[in-house]
Amino acid sequence: MTRSRRELLPGVFLTCLQTEKFKTGILRAHLLTPLDRETAAQNALIPSVLRRGTVRYPDMGALGARLDELYGARLEPSVRKLGEIQCVGFVADFVETPGQDVLEDMAALLGEVLLSPNTRGGLLLPKYVESEREKLLQDIRARVNDRAEYARQRLIELMCPGEAYAVDGLGDEDTAGDIGYVALTRHYKALLAAGPIEIFYCGAADETRVAAAMKDALAMLPRGELDFDIGTDIRMNTVEETARAFTEEMDVGQGKLVLGYRLGDAMEDPDMAALRVMNYILGDPAGASYVSSKLFLQVRERQSLCYYVDSELDLMKGLMIVASGIDPADHEKALAEIGRQVQAVKDGDFTDDELRTARAGLSARMLSLTDDPARLEKFWLEQNVLGLDYGPEELAALALDVTREDVIKAAAGIECDGVYFLRGAEGDDDEEN
Amino acid sequence: MKRTDYPALGLSLFETKLENGLTLCVIPRPGWRRARACFVTDYGGADRRFVLDGEAYDTPAGVAHYLEHKMFDMPCGSVDDRFAARGADSNAYTSEAVTSYHFLCTDKFEENLRDLLEFVSTPYFTPETVEKERGIIGQEIAEEEDDPAAAAYMGCIKLLFGEGPLGDMVVGTAASIADITDQTLYACHKAFYAPANMALCVAGDVDPEAVERIARETLPGEKAPLRSRDYGPDLGLEPLETRVQRTMDVSAPQFCAGLKLGPAAQGPETLKERLTAELAMRCLWGGHAPAYIGLYEKGLLNDTFRFSATYAGGVGYICLEGESPDPEAALTGLLAAEKGIDPAFFARQKKAVLGGFIRLLDDFWELTESLADGTFGGFDPLGMPAALETLTVEDVNGWIREHIVPDRFALSVIRPKEA
Repeated sequence: MTRSRRELLPGVFLTCLQTEKFKTGILRAHLLTPLDRETAAQNALIPSVLRRGTVRYPDMGALGARLDELYGARLEPSVRKLGEIQCVGFVADFVETPGQDVLEDMAALLGEVLLSPNTRGGLLLPKYVESEREKLLQDIRARVNDRAEYARQRLIELMCPGEAYAVDGLGDEDTAGDIGYVALTRHYKALLAAGPIEIFYCGAADETRVAAAMKDALAMLPRGELDFDIGTDIRMNTVEETARAFTEEMDVGQGKLVLGYRLGDAMEDPDMAALRVMNYILGDPAGASYVSSKLFLQVRERQSLCYYVDSELDLMKGLMIVASGIDPADHEKALAEIGRQVQAVKDGDFTDDELRTARAGLSARMLSLTDDPARLEKFWLEQNVLGLDYGPEELAALALDVTREDVIKAAAGIECDGVYFLRGAEGDDDEEN
Repeated sequence: MKRTDYPALGLSLFETKLENGLTLCVIPRPGWRRARACFVTDYGGADRRFVLDGEAYDTPAGVAHYLEHKMFDMPCGSVDDRFAARGADSNAYTSEAVTSYHFLCTDKFEENLRDLLEFVSTPYFTPETVEKERGIIGQEIAEEEDDPAAAAYMGCIKLLFGEGPLGDMVVGTAASIADITDQTLYACHKAFYAPANMALCVAGDVDPEAVERIARETLPGEKAPLRSRDYGPDLGLEPLETRVQRTMDVSAPQFCAGLKLGPAAQGPETLKERLTAELAMRCLWGGHAPAYIGLYEKGLLNDTFRFSATYAGGVGYICLEGESPDPEAALTGLLAAEKGIDPAFFARQKKAVLGGFIRLLDDFWELTESLADGTFGGFDPLGMPAALETLTVEDVNGWIREHIVPDRFALSVIRPKEA
């Protein structure tokens, strides 16, 4: 696999991974902009409105027909939150077998939806904006339907008030509700002019071909003064001396417990491999080591308190989020056990086997990533934003070198800053024992 | 092993049947870092009633899934640590039709394969370990019961099939799993985990001969008889009842509409039957279909809408699921869809379905599980492009005329609480 990266146009970066291994190619483009409560909903709305119709393909039927022609290629709006950066754009994937070579067509289509929306008098069509605004509002409201994800998001909102990180990637109902088509058109043009763009391709075509196709596709891109001043503020210490507790009620049987931790000093000059290995020891659900991790073994297997309990890092923001679904009556027990396991990692209270398994888990996870174009794109977008140049293979090698001391150092500054509990209304279950 | 080449797909399939009845399927993928193996038994949530050693069993809802959880225990402890130490991701799932044990690894494939085959063929349960799992599975059930989409689905299959093997949830309920014991699990393992009832499917940069050798060395050699299963009386094509609703804390009404397709094909015909259903549903309700686009533009559907077909217990059924301010109107709109499909639109959908199939070849999960599916169904999933080629717009229109009868649809709705 050959990797290359270059600035294609001012502030437009192309990352290319060339390999013959896959039968599918992917092409993705994201505009990067600061995550901000005032603009998050507008930004999130833009790709959905653009996807409704373009100059050449004026409605969903015409765009759909084009994609079907290209062997069922997919081109979907994408909205992501990366630390305190909002990324909006499109993700495309398409067949790349001999006789079904559609790269240039897909690049052109990507450029078309990004730059040539169906407009009237230079403005985005009111009916598209209104219809997609309704759907954005539905999506924002629908967060409650996924209880686990909702609890995670509520913890972040309550734990990080005053930090841009508290804003959801889709924005909120208040700011989404009154977006009009004139203001959205203006905002769209400003975003196109100022936002850095990250383009990613993984597939069989060589870099010069991809670069030429994308340069053609983006020839009409209006560029103004670029806003490179985007990044994430990392809060090192907790807001108060002791963790703040938040409890909310919903009509549910299972309680959702979420704990938010600041990683602290380790974020000064973060050792990414050590931080990850530390979290694999604790309970990162992405690793093969998860079933041997402290949270899984102690909270689930030994105490039978839950079906899931896991720990995820946000290395952009310097946070660790532990989450579990439990019987509300077990709230205190689960809280105490999770706290004990985090403390054990900080104290270096883990065996050499636990360390070895965590290292092997992270290493395998990184190597396995090289077989997965979609995950490679996410990995490289993060690396590019963080200004890091090493790939998954290098990180896999670094993982194997992480020592016990590295882990203890990575965990040393971890402090719990907030505990959130979502539960059924009091009286709906047995008294706490 | 028998080798079949698929030049248009750039793949070869190696397969064989061992003396003990196990089917082996291997697709080598040179240059890939990861390899995936799944060891699948033709035994799922719907297989509740069977005869073993002359005795009739009627097991509770959730037993196949409970068994899956307990298989990871070995006399020497949990097998999890062995996979984890090699960085191999091991897991399992239980559906209506099958239970699949699998791993994904980047190193030491052969050792992982030995462990997979060994632990799935070694039943080891004690009253204590079975009891301990009840709290964990209880929380898995609680999670599913709080999930509005799962609740809508649950309501729908109850309308179609009522209480019983096809109408109960695969995980069961707190009440149904309360009496499961180590003895229940031993009986189910004995009945359904014999190699003759299983398939081992592998994709990755691996040697097919090595897979066969390890399977021979690790698994029992004798061939056990296949068990007949009883899914209860034929319930016909009409739902038992057509409408159900309940309230939950949800943002907007969630719905699941279901329709029975009747007895599922067996053998080579299966592929054509499933493909026709997939293509017909895509033509009627896919993201580019006029009916869907119309309802999306009217605000009656959003992009949470999806459709699926399930084949289990000898029958097939389809579900249409999503969110709508007015599910009844959305369903009416979906069923009013054009009954005669436009031939040009049909031709494009064929192209798109082919593209979707090629995409799945890079997804080792889908690829290996589809091989197991083909083994139990008696068809070749890689024959898909050839079968697709033969399908005509008339096949699809015929399927629609036969199956899409509005009165046969059941609709389950989860409504928000009144403010």
